[in-house]
Amino acid sequence: MEKRVTFNERWLPYLLVAPQIVITLVFFFWPSGEAIWQSVLVEDAFGGNSKFVWFENFSHLFSDPNYFASARLTLVFSALVASLGLAASLLLAVMADRVIRGASAYKTILVWPYAVAPAVAGVLWGFLFNPSVGVVAWALSVIGIEFNYVINGNQALLLIVLAAVWNQISYNFLFFLAGLQSIPKSLIEAAAIDGAGPGRRFWDIVFPLLSPTGFFLLVINIIYAFFGTFGIVGSLTQGGPGQSTNILVWKVYNDGFRGQDLGGSSAQSVILMAVVILLTFVQFRFIERRVHY
Amino acid sequence: MTRILLSSVAAAAVLASAPAAWAQTEIQFWHAMPTNLGETVNEIAAGFNKSQSEYKVVPVYKGTYPETLTAAIAAFRAKQAPHIVQVFEVGTANMMAAKGAVYPIYQLMADAKEPFDPKSYIGPVYGYYSTTDGKLLSMPFNSSTPVLYWNKELLAKAGLDPNKGPTTWPELGEMAKKAVAAGAKCGFTPQWQTWTLIENYGAWHNLPFATKANGFGGTDIELKFNDQPRIKLIQMMADWSKDKTFVYGGRQGKSDSLFHGGDCAFQIASSGSAAAAAKALGQDKLGMGMMPYSPDVIAKPQNSIIGGATLWVLQGRPKDEYKGVAKFMTYLSSTPVQAKWHQDTGYVPITMAAADATEKEGFYKKFPGRDIAVKELTLNPPTENSKGLRIGNFVQIRDVVDEELEDVWSGKKDAKTALDEAVKRGNELLKKFDAANK
Repeated sequence: MEKRVTFNERWLPYLLVAPQIVITLVFFFWPSGEAIWQSVLVEDAFGGNSKFVWFENFSHLFSDPNYFASARLTLVFSALVASLGLAASLLLAVMADRVIRGASAYKTILVWPYAVAPAVAGVLWGFLFNPSVGVVAWALSVIGIEFNYVINGNQALLLIVLAAVWNQISYNFLFFLAGLQSIPKSLIEAAAIDGAGPGRRFWDIVFPLLSPTGFFLLVINIIYAFFGTFGIVGSLTQGGPGQSTNILVWKVYNDGFRGQDLGGSSAQSVILMAVVILLTFVQFRFIERRVHY
Repeated sequence: MTRILLSSVAAAAVLASAPAAWAQTEIQFWHAMPTNLGETVNEIAAGFNKSQSEYKVVPVYKGTYPETLTAAIAAFRAKQAPHIVQVFEVGTANMMAAKGAVYPIYQLMADAKEPFDPKSYIGPVYGYYSTTDGKLLSMPFNSSTPVLYWNKELLAKAGLDPNKGPTTWPELGEMAKKAVAAGAKCGFTPQWQTWTLIENYGAWHNLPFATKANGFGGTDIELKFNDQPRIKLIQMMADWSKDKTFVYGGRQGKSDSLFHGGDCAFQIASSGSAAAAAKALGQDKLGMGMMPYSPDVIAKPQNSIIGGATLWVLQGRPKDEYKGVAKFMTYLSSTPVQAKWHQDTGYVPITMAAADATEKEGFYKKFPGRDIAVKELTLNPPTENSKGLRIGNFVQIRDVVDEELEDVWSGKKDAKTALDEAVKRGNELLKKFDAANK
């Protein structure tokens, strides 16, 4: 016979979820609400000269071709970061899953980059590739490639993609590894007995069973690429050279905190918020259908 | 996102400035001077605290210039403003526009009945931060101006006289080309390119940066720096970059690694870099001189303008505390303090008396070239074009100019297209600033 535990107390459930609700309200809804309010204001940074301007901050953005260029760039950047990051960490996880001797050492080392703050990761990569003193830049020049991210926009973009991917690989790796380890060995062994080679076993068994993890990581990585990467851009390229690494979140930070243009910066964050909500919605609506739980 | 960060900064600010139970009145001084510079700031505050017993200045390091400013703004909005905050020169117009938030220095000194003589300050230092009718708004603190540095070793290698620097741009070009031909990896590199090549080139050649006396006359202004001389200068650099006579090292101070690493023969950089450059290259290998000028634009250079930061006094504190702030400002401008600040840091002194005292001590004989910054600033009485710049949203405008110049260095645009575009984009930002502050 099934035994049910119920609470008769009417307010207890509310009380128990209250901390979570309060945290969500205070740290997510309140700031988001403030951002939306700020985005329809024009004011000096000290808040003394506040004016309600309806959607002027937005129309400024939408009449600026550079803003659209930045949006396009962000899409390219996010697609690169998410796809490269997921592919590389999946490969590493599959490899680490097979290692028998010294497995924990590999795993520990692969998790290390996550402990590095994005801004520090930016400095690190900038130093390696610095055109005048960087070790990697020097090595590349020996084999005839002139790497100068200070002037070359594509190289700068490549560099921030690499730094962002590197910084996020550990996180993806951990989830993929956990996912791999939860796949029943019996399934793989059965396939092996039926004559499926390692490639076939991966694509037909492991990959579909990993899809919930992969889907979760896709959402997280896109959000990371949209929001979490401004530290890397800040310490590496500051959006340059030209505007070749001027991604949206850097523009938000730069206009708001360096330029003290709170209205314009808030309008940009509201747009960014809407884009990410939309993207997440699309992912859940369309991609999740193809995910096997 | 903006708001999350801003509110947490505000919360931190509230915690940091919680009232302490001192018998003395505490004066909060938020600054952006790291490491050695911060130590010197602490020494100055300690000196002031020792000189009297009524007030205690508490210097707090708040990070970079933008971080310090953001922290102060957040604190002000939370009604917990520090008394004094250090703001970089490009923030001047935005600070001025913040009505009700700042307490102008001239008014502070008058209200506190502190003696104050505008004439004792160095012209372009004082002028940059004063109203059109000469009233000082914020107290000049750390000011620098671009000077020319050269690597004597690389010049000697190229068969040039290492003790004689170029005085004009064509001369610099010729010498830099020779240095590259003799094996140098780079002829010339600028630091803070917008500040050195566009803003200071303008003042040095008496050319306007913007209308209405570079913005001193109002906020409805337009940028003017896409003129023939500057297009020519930038195009010349672009041409030089083909054979490494010019090498771009990055924004802000990032070109330092090129010059300090011994790659470049010449650098135009802040006078505040002198100590670091001497340390990297060796004092005897570092040459210093005035910035070059273009003889086809002007017969003799005008004067340079400053960069750096000033101290702004914020409103919102009990009235009697501002007496202590005024006393601290007087102490700060006194000759011994200024002379020490100048000699320890390489920033220019804000008063002529401090420069003279430093001269008398024999400091410039020991460290040749450290007097060049003051010489450049005081070369001629400042004109409308060389008094300073009062540009709204200047931080973003500098970013715009940086971006457009980088498009020239990478070969995407020619100098004229880039400067025209920079002016156009900058004017949009100025319009926005003007609209917000009407």
